[in-house]
Amino acid sequence: MQTLATPIPRIVDARGSYCPGPLMELIRAIREGQVGDLIAVYSSDAGSKMDIPKWVEKAGHRLVGVDTRDGYDEIVVEKLR
Amino acid sequence: MKRVVILGGGVGGTLVANLLVRKLRHDIDRHEASVTLIDEMGMHVYQPGFMYIAMGGERAEKLVRPERSLLDEEVQLQVGRISRIDEAKGQVEMEDGSQIGYDELVIATGSRIVPEEIEHFNEEAHHFYTAAAALELRHALDAFTGGKIVIGIAGMPYKCPPAPLEVAFLIESELRERGLREKTQIDYCSPIGRAFTIESVSEMATPILAEKGIELHTFFNVESIDPARKVVQSLEGEELPYDLLILVPPHRGAKLVIDSGLAPASGWLPTDHHTLRVGGRPNVYALGDATDLPLSKAGSTAHFEAPIVAELIAASIQEREPRGKHASYTGRVMCFFEVGDGKGTLLQFDYDHPPRPPKPNRFWHLGKVVFNRTYWHTVPRGRV
Repeated sequence: MQTLATPIPRIVDARGSYCPGPLMELIRAIREGQVGDLIAVYSSDAGSKMDIPKWVEKAGHRLVGVDTRDGYDEIVVEKLR
Repeated sequence: MKRVVILGGGVGGTLVANLLVRKLRHDIDRHEASVTLIDEMGMHVYQPGFMYIAMGGERAEKLVRPERSLLDEEVQLQVGRISRIDEAKGQVEMEDGSQIGYDELVIATGSRIVPEEIEHFNEEAHHFYTAAAALELRHALDAFTGGKIVIGIAGMPYKCPPAPLEVAFLIESELRERGLREKTQIDYCSPIGRAFTIESVSEMATPILAEKGIELHTFFNVESIDPARKVVQSLEGEELPYDLLILVPPHRGAKLVIDSGLAPASGWLPTDHHTLRVGGRPNVYALGDATDLPLSKAGSTAHFEAPIVAELIAASIQEREPRGKHASYTGRVMCFFEVGDGKGTLLQFDYDHPPRPPKPNRFWHLGKVVFNRTYWHTVPRGRV
């Protein structure tokens, strides 16, 4: 997903947190971040890979990608506004 | 002498103190153990009753009793403000300059509301998280003659997760009874993608919202309030006009635990799911709202956690293994859920089993009424 040309995302490690914890952690990072920031959420909650993309669409940001890692999902979001 | 010190005289702190005295009766009689509870005001407040001040029928003075009256006589009660927990010295420092040493520490300092984190919250929004605010909301409802009511959540986690939905249902019922329903639009705003965090409860509540004509707005995270235009705005870019705005205020853990280096800026103590120990410390426990556990911040949670904290501390003092059903916390929580029109349901769950709420009926509403009425004689004393 990431190449040398893309910036390094801020990691929000929400593994072990249950719904809606990972989404709330992402929202906090979006509030604190700057337009153009990439944020990677690590979540072991199965609902995150469905909930977070829906929230990203509604909130007007960009879903860069969702990858399943070893026991968790990595969801990368770009803050657009 | 093993000294147990409990911080906070809410449901969790009071119940741990009383259960510990029972378990340590012989150790206390032999002066080998002591149980001290420190509370800022020396008063026990039944916070679940606040919502009923706003919804009518409850009075603030009925929700408060002296903490001393709820404690076993063997519990030493210290009333005063704590300035700091000094882990290196194993002591609690009081604002009056005194120190209280501990061998086992229980942190039951609850949560606090921080409405000031959202500009104009205090001038524009009503809530029901203090007795005074609930009474103001009651007055606002009495004066309401129709218009737009927005009910939402301005930060997660917060105390008593079903409460804003309950308030929406109860207000809708009340407005129908008062003949104002046709003149009122009710919007319910949820910060997540459904009406309630737990999916099974959301599946129960969503059709009730639809049936009552309450419009559900998902992914509505309150960002700001514009008092000039009377609109509440979300982080997601939506805005809703209101005549009456009711918001759950943002919550944080106690400042004391942040300042003492036990919790991050949120104030929620990093707590083991099963032992309720804080941050891997062998002799510091947390329960109730103070923890970061993925459970409801509710008196019920503290109620079911307290026996585990008491058993683990008693086992440590008596140099034995924890035993019985209270040797480990399973995440058990049980609470009532009002849906209006004199009906309610029951949420029972633990870490591994989500709730399966029964179809709302009058029985569970009455269950809540009876529980609230009998609370003083049951829960704090460890009778249920």
